[in-house]
Amino acid sequence: MPYGGESKLPDRNHVALQHSMPTACERPPVKRHLDLSQLRRFKEQPSSDAHRSLQHSRDKHRTCGPRSRRRGGAGATAGGLTGVVVRRHSPHSAPPSRTAFPRGRCGRLAAASGAMAAAVALAVRGCGGVWRRARQRGAGQPGPGPGPFPRGQRAVACNARGGAVPAGKSGLAPWVPVVGLEIHAQISSNSKLFSGSQVQFAAPPNSLVSFFDASLPGTLPVLNRRCVEAAVMTGLALNCSINKKSLFDRKHYFYADLPAGYQITQQRVPIAVNGCLSYSLCIDSKMSQMVTKTVRIKQIQLEQDSGKSLHDDTRSQTLVDLNRAGVGLMEVVMEPDMCCGEEAAAAVRELQLILQTLGSSQAVMAEGQLRVDANVSVHHPGEPYGVRTEVKNINSIRFLAKAIDYEIQRQIEELENGGTILNETRAFDSKLGCTVPMRDKEGKQDYRFMPEPNLPPLILYDTKSLPANMNHQQVINIDWIHERLPDLPSVKRKKLVEKYGILPEHSFTLLNEDGLAEFFESVVKRTQMKPKKVIGWILNDLLSYLKQHSLTVKESPVSSFLLGDLLNLLEKKEISSTAAKQVFAELWKGEGKTPLEIVKEQKLGLLQDQKELEQICQAVIDGQENEVMAIKAGNQKVLNKLIGLVQKKTQGRSNPVLVKQLLEKKLSE
Amino acid sequence: QKVSVEVLDHLEHLALVDFRDSEGVERLHKAIQFADQLHEVNTDGVEPMDSVLEDRCLYLREDDVTEGNCTKELLENAREKVEEYFVAPPGNIPLPKLEERETFLQGS
Repeated sequence: MPYGGESKLPDRNHVALQHSMPTACERPPVKRHLDLSQLRRFKEQPSSDAHRSLQHSRDKHRTCGPRSRRRGGAGATAGGLTGVVVRRHSPHSAPPSRTAFPRGRCGRLAAASGAMAAAVALAVRGCGGVWRRARQRGAGQPGPGPGPFPRGQRAVACNARGGAVPAGKSGLAPWVPVVGLEIHAQISSNSKLFSGSQVQFAAPPNSLVSFFDASLPGTLPVLNRRCVEAAVMTGLALNCSINKKSLFDRKHYFYADLPAGYQITQQRVPIAVNGCLSYSLCIDSKMSQMVTKTVRIKQIQLEQDSGKSLHDDTRSQTLVDLNRAGVGLMEVVMEPDMCCGEEAAAAVRELQLILQTLGSSQAVMAEGQLRVDANVSVHHPGEPYGVRTEVKNINSIRFLAKAIDYEIQRQIEELENGGTILNETRAFDSKLGCTVPMRDKEGKQDYRFMPEPNLPPLILYDTKSLPANMNHQQVINIDWIHERLPDLPSVKRKKLVEKYGILPEHSFTLLNEDGLAEFFESVVKRTQMKPKKVIGWILNDLLSYLKQHSLTVKESPVSSFLLGDLLNLLEKKEISSTAAKQVFAELWKGEGKTPLEIVKEQKLGLLQDQKELEQICQAVIDGQENEVMAIKAGNQKVLNKLIGLVQKKTQGRSNPVLVKQLLEKKLSE
Repeated sequence: QKVSVEVLDHLEHLALVDFRDSEGVERLHKAIQFADQLHEVNTDGVEPMDSVLEDRCLYLREDDVTEGNCTKELLENAREKVEEYFVAPPGNIPLPKLEERETFLQGS
């Protein structure tokens, strides 16, 4: 019989909670003073049960390095450095596959690539060495360390697999951060994983709930075929081996939004294992060099989502909406191959694009269709992994990078100040930009995994093992799904680069914005201008206008046809490029005029009459005796002034190249 | 072979069962004893079975919406409700530690 709730209520932390979370409690921050007069040696303590992972017995099957060692007082080994050391290493520890992209004109790539750029802008550029932290105060001064995450002061440099990194400056022991991600992607399906109720965002509370979802007695789970197909597609896209036989388990814990008291998941034998995900990062701030990295996928499993809790603190109660309970999720577990927020953000972005391309999930973080939890720890190179913390409540890719970088910084500071890292769960507070402890005094969670007795093993087939007499609808053929996989983003980018000769960085931006690649291709079809030039207009002009007005490509007031026509005028040299930009601005108003009409209206057409142009050039030459003498004496730069004067006289309607030619011809006579 | 107090406390935390008195604990011991009979069987080289359904076919349902829209019925069972939401206590209230609660386990 369950216990009554007569015990004292635990303390809670008022972080805004959207998804169900156990109660949080405040721990006062631990302030330690670093005594710089003593050399502190790093001490290792024998592992004990205290730091085996807290609430995640998924650690039982996670083999991501010897995480169980605990660090005792890790102090810096030298003292008295003033100022912050900023050290940027060029990436010399190469990740498995690496493509250096040639430098090129990337212009507004930063502004253009949305969330990715924001994540990059926030985290500091460049990954290739190691986080380094220096003292910011002189020796002998007591007081707490500098606040978390002084902006822009550090060069985030890390290497891919946490391997040994060359020692840095005098005595400062470098830190290697390790980041692993657990990603839950809501499967895009009509009905839920084990029941026939609808999957929909934002519906009246408890209207999309079946008896099974409410876990009323007498109900049984019935597996949704579409969810299995989605998981298989995702597994194949991430290069996983698909387990032809996978099993379902129950994971028990108590929470108001989990009416059954357990969640059906796949802990022992998930549907897909051992894959990898490739993603790219910009190495430098100019966005002109990209590096490809990979992160290993440990497994993909099918599981149920829980309902939603709304915490009503004023009345000391929780309101539960079970619409989301039972929706199918794919949990993607990544190995801790990443080392900073930027890498994690890039990996998640790529995964998001893949899921959206496959259609297996719409992966919109804002709607909770993609949820990411980060596991963060730091250690010295060559030493075992440190204690890790789990960071939850991350609502966007930008916040993901921020949260991870903050947590890395916090851990480094804590350890350097002689503290220890607790194996705990922390929530990210987006307003404050920091992580706060979340889990309460309960301590280790034991989920008491057991096989789900109501579900037989899930058997998948391929063409070889396909049974002859089975009902078509009851059979899932992995090979059949594999053949019908759409082009993944990496393939699409390659094709764009090959077909149109654009730079790889450009292909990233094209795919990053929904509909931009199609827009680009449609403009290329319409115009004679070379794709390499068209891409400049797409990325610099169109995209920056869209961003300024917060519009999507689909909402663009300038259609691909109009832009195509405009570029044709430019290509045929009927207008100058400055005039073209003016026309574009006019087109943006969306008043229905064609480019040609605007050119006529505003008299932007280039002068086509050669004779008239020659006369103007002559007039300018005649009026500028001093400049003419300077040019004839050898100062070519003054020519530009003459060109400028011609432009002025023609009200910008002269082709500068032609003008230069004419002037030079006349001056040499 | 008795089960230790720590384990009993842990079980009470996890499963929210109440052993209540020595009779409850004795019942637990008897249950463990009963299950221990399984050890008498030599299972070397035998694949563990975790479900008698292992030879059955897992039925795959088509992705159609066939249920839902029964808010009123579901809420009929709820003791407290607020505008079609179920009402629950504010977050998990964990069982107090062994020292802090009155249970016969402390004595044993």
